[in-house]
Amino acid sequence: MHSVTNIQKYSIHDGDGIRTTVFFKGCHLRCRWCHNPETQSFEKELQVDIPKCTGCGRCAKACPEGAVTISPDGKSVTDREKCRVCGKCEAACLGNYRTVVGRDYTVDELVKICLQDLMFYEESGGGVTLSGGEVMAMDSGYIKDLVRKLHREGVSVAIDTCGQAPYSNYEAIIPYVDTWLYDIKVMDDDEHREYMGMGNALILENLRRLAAAGARIYIRIPVVKEVNGDTGSMEAIIGFLKENDIRPLQVNLLPYHNTGSHKYGKLGMEYPGAELTAPDDEEMQSFVRLWNDAGYGNVKIGG
Amino acid sequence: MEERGMNARIKALRKVSMETQPHIDLERAKIETEVYKQWEDKVSLPVLRAMVLKEYFSKKTLYLGEGELIVGEKGKDPQSSPTFPELTCHTLDDMHIMNDRAVVNYSVTEQDLKDQEEIIIPFWRGKSMRDKILAGMTEEWMECYAAGMFTEFMEQRGPGHTCGGKNVFTKGYAEYKTEIHKAIDDLDFMNDVDAVTKKDELEAMLIDCDAVMILGKRYQELLEEEAEKCTDPVRKAELEQMAANLDVIPAHAPQTYWQAIQLYWFTHLAVTSELNPWDAFSPGRLDQHLYPYYAKDVEDGILDDERALELLECLWVKFNNQPAPVKVGVTLKESGTYTDFANINTGGIKEDGSNGVNAVSYLILDCMDEMKLVQPNSNVQISKKTPHRFLKRACEISREGWGQPAFYNTDEIVQELLNAGKTLLDARQGGSSGCVETGSWGNEAYILTGYFNIPKIFQLTLYNGYDTQSGQQLGLKTGDPRDFKTYEELWDAFARQLHYMADVKVRGNNVIEKLYAQYMPAPCLSIVTNDCIKKGKDYNNGGSRYNTRYIQGVGIGTITDCLAAIKHNIYDNHNFTMDELLKAMDDNFEGHEEILNMVTNKTPKYGNDDDYADDIMKEVFRLYRDDITGRPTMSGGQYHVDMLPTTCHIYFGEVIGATANGRRAHKPVSEGISPEKFADTHGPTAVIKSCAKMDHCSTGGTLLNQKFTPSALAGDTGLENLASLIRTYFAMDGHHIQFNVFDKQTLLEAQKHPDDYKDLIVRVAGYSDYFRNLDEELQNEIINRTAQSF
Repeated sequence: MHSVTNIQKYSIHDGDGIRTTVFFKGCHLRCRWCHNPETQSFEKELQVDIPKCTGCGRCAKACPEGAVTISPDGKSVTDREKCRVCGKCEAACLGNYRTVVGRDYTVDELVKICLQDLMFYEESGGGVTLSGGEVMAMDSGYIKDLVRKLHREGVSVAIDTCGQAPYSNYEAIIPYVDTWLYDIKVMDDDEHREYMGMGNALILENLRRLAAAGARIYIRIPVVKEVNGDTGSMEAIIGFLKENDIRPLQVNLLPYHNTGSHKYGKLGMEYPGAELTAPDDEEMQSFVRLWNDAGYGNVKIGG
Repeated sequence: MEERGMNARIKALRKVSMETQPHIDLERAKIETEVYKQWEDKVSLPVLRAMVLKEYFSKKTLYLGEGELIVGEKGKDPQSSPTFPELTCHTLDDMHIMNDRAVVNYSVTEQDLKDQEEIIIPFWRGKSMRDKILAGMTEEWMECYAAGMFTEFMEQRGPGHTCGGKNVFTKGYAEYKTEIHKAIDDLDFMNDVDAVTKKDELEAMLIDCDAVMILGKRYQELLEEEAEKCTDPVRKAELEQMAANLDVIPAHAPQTYWQAIQLYWFTHLAVTSELNPWDAFSPGRLDQHLYPYYAKDVEDGILDDERALELLECLWVKFNNQPAPVKVGVTLKESGTYTDFANINTGGIKEDGSNGVNAVSYLILDCMDEMKLVQPNSNVQISKKTPHRFLKRACEISREGWGQPAFYNTDEIVQELLNAGKTLLDARQGGSSGCVETGSWGNEAYILTGYFNIPKIFQLTLYNGYDTQSGQQLGLKTGDPRDFKTYEELWDAFARQLHYMADVKVRGNNVIEKLYAQYMPAPCLSIVTNDCIKKGKDYNNGGSRYNTRYIQGVGIGTITDCLAAIKHNIYDNHNFTMDELLKAMDDNFEGHEEILNMVTNKTPKYGNDDDYADDIMKEVFRLYRDDITGRPTMSGGQYHVDMLPTTCHIYFGEVIGATANGRRAHKPVSEGISPEKFADTHGPTAVIKSCAKMDHCSTGGTLLNQKFTPSALAGDTGLENLASLIRTYFAMDGHHIQFNVFDKQTLLEAQKHPDDYKDLIVRVAGYSDYFRNLDEELQNEIINRTAQSF
C-alpha cells in the first residue's frame, strides 16, 4: 500500500498523448519551489482552506483529540501536534474545506483506475505517468508490481522522477517503462544541496546508468531565474550530458511558476520560494537555442 | 462589429445580415388569407395549400441585394419573418410581446398591427392548427402541459425535421412534374379506395412545382432588368449569368455548381414558405451533392476555389437572413433563439460506404471558419474512414470556442438507422439535423414531438403524484415514499409514473399527428421527399419512406444524481431518512446544510466514470427508452427517443422545486446527456466514459457539451488531444460532441459568481483544477495567463 495524493486523468503535460498521472506521496528532496508540497511528506496530512472556513465549529466538535479550536476571528485553528489525521473533521466539514491528503491504494486498485482510460491512451499514444512526490522512493516491490501489471495490459508507462532513489529501484522496472521523465536542476553539488536539500551525486549517477542501460529518456529542467536560469547553468547540464554520452529524446524546459504556493498555507507550512522568479520568454527562447546549438533538436518550453 | 467574409462583397452581405433587426412580415399571411377566402371548401385541402404557395410566389415582393450571387428571401427582405396564421394566429398582445421583449425580439410596425387586427385575426381566430390542437387535448394533457411535464412541438410550428436527399440537387421541377403526371396516370380508380385523395395530393404537388418555377421566372426577369440597367461591366456580367442560370433551374437539373446552389435555395424557400416546419430545411450532404458539379466546372475551367468558396459564403448569408418563425410562450422558452436550426453535415461517408470527404468539404470548413455565423448550424460527420487532416482542421475551428463545428459520429448514426429499420443504403445517406436528431435524408419524416421532463416525473414520484409547483395531482398515486422500504419500491413507483406520463404525451401526439395529416398537408416537402410521389401521399400523412416520431428526454444527469443521492444516503448508508430529505427539499435546503453537503459533495455522481451512479443512469435510460421505443405512430411508423434539450433544460428547471441531488429550486436541470452542473470532477475523459455507457445506438441522437479553457487545447498537442478525445468517444459509439472554450470574460464572471461556474475546469500548471477551488490570487494569475494565450 502506498499513499497517493491525486490521480489526474486527461493529463496532457506529463509525457505523450492523453495520460493518467498518479501522484505518490513522499519525496526526499525539498526543492524550494516545489509546487506540490502535499507530496513531500510520506505521511498523510490534513489540508485546511482557512480563508474559506466559516468557523461553524463542527470540526472542533468532531475532533476526538481536541486538536481543533475556533479563533476569535471565526476561523478554525488546528494544533498539528495533537492532530492524528483521522479524517473525522473532514467528514464533519460542510464546505469540504478540510481534507486529508493521501489515500492508500493497493496495486490492483491503481491498475483498475489507470485502465479506465485505456481507449484514450491507445487512440492518442498516451498512457500512465507515475509521478509524485517521488515514485521511485516508494517500495520497490510495490512499484515493480504496478508497472508490470500496467505493462501486461498494454499500457505505456512513464516514470517522472527526480533521481533521488536507489539505482536498484530503477533497474528493477526498466523492461516495463517506456519513457523516463528525468528531472535535472543544477550541476553544482553545493548549490543542489542549498536549493534541493540534498546533493546530486546519486541523481547524476542514476541518470548515467539509466542512459547506459538504453532507457528512453526525456530530460526535464525546471528553470528558475535565481537558481539555474542562466547560460552557465544550462551549459553545465549540457556538458554533463555530452560528457556521459546521454542522448535524451526530448528536453523540456519548464519555466518556474508559483501556482503551488497557495497550498503551503493549507498544510500549515510557509512557502520557502517567495523570492524566486521565472525567466522571461526571451531568456527561455535563448536557452532553447543554446540546447539546439549543442545538437539537441527536440527541445520544448513546457511539458 | 467584426467584419468577416472573404472579400468586400461577402463582408457587405454579411453586415446586412448581421445588423438588420429581425422583423415581422405579413405579406404571406395576407395573400394566404385571400386565397382561403376565395377557395376554401371549393378545392381539396392539398390543392388549397398548394394554391397558397403559388399565389405567394407569384405576388411576393422580390429582393435583390447589392452584389448578391444567390437570390431569394423567404419574406420581403433579409431578416423578415413571415407569419403562418393557419398554424398560430398571433393576438395583438403576442405581437406587442414579440416587439417588446428584451431578447429574441421581432419588430412589429403599426401597419402590421392594423393588418393583423383587421385582416388576419378576423379570419383565422379559432381556426388555426393551434386552436384545433388545444381543443383536441384531454384535461390531463392540458394540465401536464401547462405544468411543464412536457412540451409540444407542433403547437406553433409545423412538422418537418428533415433534410433534402440527392434529388434536391439533381432534379428540376419540370422533371418532378413528369414523375407526378406518371403517378397520376398510374392511379387505379377501379380498385384503390384512396385513388381520389391521392389524385388531390398529386395535383397539389403539380401546382407547387409551378409555384417554384414561377418564382424562378420572376427572378429571371428581375435579373435581366437589373443587368440592362447596370453600368458596371463586371456586375452586369454577373447579373446576366445569374439570369442565364435561371433558363436551366429550377425547371431542369442544374448543369453547374452555381446553378446547383441556387436550385437548392429555391427549394429551401418553397419548403419553408409553404409551412414553417421545425428546423427549416437543410441540404443534407451539401459537400457530396455539390462535388460532381464542382469537379466538372473546375475541369471545364469555369470555376476556381475562390469562386466556389464565394458562392458558399453567399449561401451562408442566405441561411442567416432567415430568422426562426416567431414563437411565443412555452415554445419560445423551449427554443429561445433566432436560429432556425438548418444544419449542414460535412464529411461522413458516401452511399457505397467509402469516405465522403472531398474538396468541397474543405471549402465548407473554410466557409464556416470565415463566416462565423450561427446559421446555418455547420457541423461535421466523422467516420472511422475520415482523414485525420479533415478532423484536425475541424478541431482547429472548433477550438476557437464558439461551438461550431459540432462533431457527429457517422458509424454510430448508421447503427441507429439500421436499428430503426432502415436499409443499409438509406442508413448511409443519413445524418443529424436540427440539433442532433437522426434521419435518413430525403427518405424520412422524423418528427420531434416534444421534450419530456424526466426529473419532474421523479419529483412527482417523491410527492405521491402531486406537483408542488402547480399545486395539482398530475401523476398517479404511487404511494408515500416515506413508506418505501427499499430502493426497488421507489424505482417501481417512478417507472409507473413515467409510463403514465408517456401515455398522456403520446395520446396527445396521436391526435396532433392526425390533425396535421388531415388539415395541413405539405405538398412541396412531399415532392422532394421519397416516396411521397410514388405513394400519392403527403409528407404529413405518412408519405415518406420512413415515418418516425421522437420524444426528447431531458435531464438525465439530474435524475441520475437524484436517484444516486437517495440510494446512497437513504437505502445503502442510512445517512438520513426520506422524511428528512423531503423536509430539506421543501425548505430548498435552507437550514439543512448537513443533508445538502452529503448529497452535493459526498455522493457518487454521474459524469465521473463511477459505475455506482452510471449504472443508475443506464437504468433510467433503459426505462425511458423501452417505454417510448416501438410505440406505433399514426402514420405507420414507430416512436424512438432522443436525448437533447435545446434550451428546454432551463424551462424544465424553472418548474421543479429543489431536487434530491442538492439542486436548488427552479435552477436549470442538466442538459443533453451532460452531467449535472457541479457533478463531474474527473475531467473530460471521465465524462466521456460515463456518457458512453448509455446505449447511443438505440436512440435517435444524444447531445454532449464539453467545456475547455483555451490553454487546455493550445498548440498542435492540444489539437491532437482534442482529435483523440473525439475519436475515442466515437469508438465507444458516442453520437455527438461539441466544445465550449472559455475566454477571459467568462473567467471573470466565474470569479464573481463561483456557484454558477462550479464545473469550470482550468489548467493550472502540470495539473488541472476547478476554478472555484483556487485562491483569488491564483485565479487572477490564470485569468491573466488565459488572456495572453488568445
